Amino acid sequence: MMLAAPVIAVVLTLIVGAVLFTLLGHDGFGAVVEIFVKPLFNLYRWQDLLVKAAPLAMIATGLAIGFRANVWNIGAEGQYILGGLAGTGVALATLDMSGSWILPLMLVCGILGGMVWAAVPAILKTTLGVNEILTSLMLNYVAIQLLFYLMRGPWKDPEGFNFPQTAMFSADQTLPMIVPGTLIHLGVPLAAAVALTAFAVMTRTITGFQIKVVGLAPKAAAFGGFGAASTVWIALMAGGGLAGFAGILEASGPFGQMVPQFPTGYGYTAIIVAFLGRLNPLGILAAALVLALTYVGGESAQTTIGLPSAATGVFQAMMLFFLLATDILVRYRVVSGRAAPAPKAAAAKEAEPAKGKAVAA
Amino acid sequence: MTATAVSPRLELKGISKRFPGVVANDHVSFQVPAGAIHALLGENGAGKSTLVKIIYGVQQADEGEIVFDGKPVRIGSPREARSLGIGMVFQHFSLFEAMTVLENIALGMDNPPPRRELEARVREVLASYGLSLDPHRHVHTLSVGERQRIEIVRALLQQPKLLIMDEPTSVLTPQEVEQLFETLRRLASEGCSILYISHKLHEIKALCESATILRGGKVVASCDPREESARSMAELMIGGSLKDLSQKSSGAAGKERFVVSALSAPGEPPFGTSLKEVSFAVRSGEIFGIAGVAGNGQNELLAVISGEDAAGISGSIRLDGTELAGLSVGARRRAGLASSPEERNGHAAVPGMSLADNALLSARSRMGLASGGVIRAKAARDYAGRVIEAFSVKATGPGAAAGSLSGGNLQKFVMGREIMQDPAVLVVSQPTWGVDAGAASFIRQSMIDLARQGAAVVVVSQDLDELLELCDRLAVINEGRLSEPMDVKGISIERVGLLMGGIHGGQAAETRVGAKAEAHERRPEPAL
Repeated sequence: MMLAAPVIAVVLTLIVGAVLFTLLGHDGFGAVVEIFVKPLFNLYRWQDLLVKAAPLAMIATGLAIGFRANVWNIGAEGQYILGGLAGTGVALATLDMSGSWILPLMLVCGILGGMVWAAVPAILKTTLGVNEILTSLMLNYVAIQLLFYLMRGPWKDPEGFNFPQTAMFSADQTLPMIVPGTLIHLGVPLAAAVALTAFAVMTRTITGFQIKVVGLAPKAAAFGGFGAASTVWIALMAGGGLAGFAGILEASGPFGQMVPQFPTGYGYTAIIVAFLGRLNPLGILAAALVLALTYVGGESAQTTIGLPSAATGVFQAMMLFFLLATDILVRYRVVSGRAAPAPKAAAAKEAEPAKGKAVAA
Repeated sequence: MTATAVSPRLELKGISKRFPGVVANDHVSFQVPAGAIHALLGENGAGKSTLVKIIYGVQQADEGEIVFDGKPVRIGSPREARSLGIGMVFQHFSLFEAMTVLENIALGMDNPPPRRELEARVREVLASYGLSLDPHRHVHTLSVGERQRIEIVRALLQQPKLLIMDEPTSVLTPQEVEQLFETLRRLASEGCSILYISHKLHEIKALCESATILRGGKVVASCDPREESARSMAELMIGGSLKDLSQKSSGAAGKERFVVSALSAPGEPPFGTSLKEVSFAVRSGEIFGIAGVAGNGQNELLAVISGEDAAGISGSIRLDGTELAGLSVGARRRAGLASSPEERNGHAAVPGMSLADNALLSARSRMGLASGGVIRAKAARDYAGRVIEAFSVKATGPGAAAGSLSGGNLQKFVMGREIMQDPAVLVVSQPTWGVDAGAASFIRQSMIDLARQGAAVVVVSQDLDELLELCDRLAVINEGRLSEPMDVKGISIERVGLLMGGIHGGQAAETRVGAKAEAHERRPEPAL
């Protein structure tokens, strides 16, 4: 049932989405077909799908590691921006140079940039016990303002006609295309490799074991010698590092420069991807394609049937909503609770003392 | 009145219950007269729990009839059972941790009275039965023993005609047990029947006037416990002769292996017990016992020794002269310290993980189950398999989820996992809590064997009999202070009991008597 839940959630999203857009005066069924079906039968669209899915999968993989350990990093968007900015910093400093060392250096700095941004919630959490949800989320807004400041100030391209953007990256600073003549860049296979590596780490190493134990039974983790602080650090460094990696891959790939429009909500969408993929790196690869579909299909639906651009967000949100709802209903049974809630709850607990399974409706 | 006096309070006729692949109860019949204290005996898995769940309406029998006060009844739910006048104190507690004692009691009642009235009644029951418990404390701050008191109070509030008690004394001091027995005897003399389930056979001898013994779901014998010996009843339960524990260490004292001195630690706020200058030394080959009532700092002591709690600790913990204080949990394990906390599920083991993964949890460094941070899955499976075999754990194999094992089997696995690492020092809490007689004697024997090989063993237990049987010396912990160690040979049980109650306990006993009188006087107005 745990594997069926994401499928049920996607199906419910399609049905309710169709009904909703029909009620709003659009062609609801057409919208669903346009967004979720048509791109799949268009080879050209598949390039878009892979290019959009790559950063989603990469960020979601990092987030899932944290979520497994009950470390709720909501700041992937900011870490993604900082990764992009850190790599861009290297690019701007090396604009006049050439060499094959530049791109790897940019990628490494991108990863470090994401990690530094994630280190702030980690330090606050481990030293002062500050909730990482709040700190990581708020840092997203700081990151956006930092981006705007750099674009309009120090990093503005002097030859850019006063547009708020950096200079274009040189050939040595741009990701190579894997399939010539397409949009598919090096980031796509890298994302797949990252997910597979994460899968191996989670299933085969003590670090992965630590993360799972901390998430399932914190006291048992302490008994097993896994420190709470080290787990928080591992979780946030994995999340921040991979979000930063995705950031610099996007900047040096599809964007080819840094612009104020750089953040496109991947950091938030990746949260949905992580849950839709059951926090499993392999599931995340599939889930990233589904969410990429909402981006790609949503864009084409704007031009073909005039659907508002907000439709993409509506579908993504519905998917998370239905996934969480399905999960609740898979794990709990609904009882009518008006007549006598207390004895029923007690009876359910008595029947299964280990886990109270009833939830009063 | 005459009708109920003639017909038994409870009569079971041919009760059968099958689960897929197992017959839990096979035509079980027995009677409990009004005002009788009847024991239900049997090993874990003998079908006792299923039977009482049927009587309490949690489960329905496939066959057979329940007759209550002469009338055949169908008990469809615990609610119906309560309305018949059947109360039950479960072995596993049904409590909401985030709520207070009073709220939990109200939740368990069908028609809870207004809060103040309920509180007055709860305080009255607490006072008249000599139980100490603060109705306003949150359950998550309470020890196991205190949690059990909530269940007892909850059942007593309903003035039951039949009270089912599942292992009620495992967490009480001898004096408290005696007090509980007086309560039960008084209840019985007032006409309430009691169905009493326990593994402690001498308690059954002291309390019960009749007993039904179950084995493999069938009634194998009925007896009068007062005329049987504990040994003969145990043998009826297991259907064979009981193995004696082989003699503990010869008394030839080895060198001091494990020395704790002046160990102090703050308790977890707001209700944890802080440790105050705890000192003891255990020699090679020795089993050292720490007795005490639940919630007097045992869990804190375990956590500080194992290294799980490291904040604000002062004092020293030495293993073969090496200072352990300040080292991590893993470093202490590598130095030869093994430990097993009281709570199995979620602390000593992860219920959602396989036994092989649970072997990794605490045995990975000493047993080489990982190298360079990479799990050696086969080694972990093999080690879990060896533990399963050596400790006869009933499980489908190393891949079985820890949560799928019964409490006793999981405890055997946990103890096996620690003991088979061949530690220099083993510190365990409640090693046989909720474990049946056969498995308990096996676990005790394996600790004795470990000590014989030269290890120092520390057993923290609320079961005084266990400590007396197992240990060479013991000390008593009360409110975070450890008493002077005493030799078990020639020990005075009365003295141990008084130490377990502590000076504060002695005062409390007096105030309880006072409170009782006061409660009766003050009954018309709600207390507090």
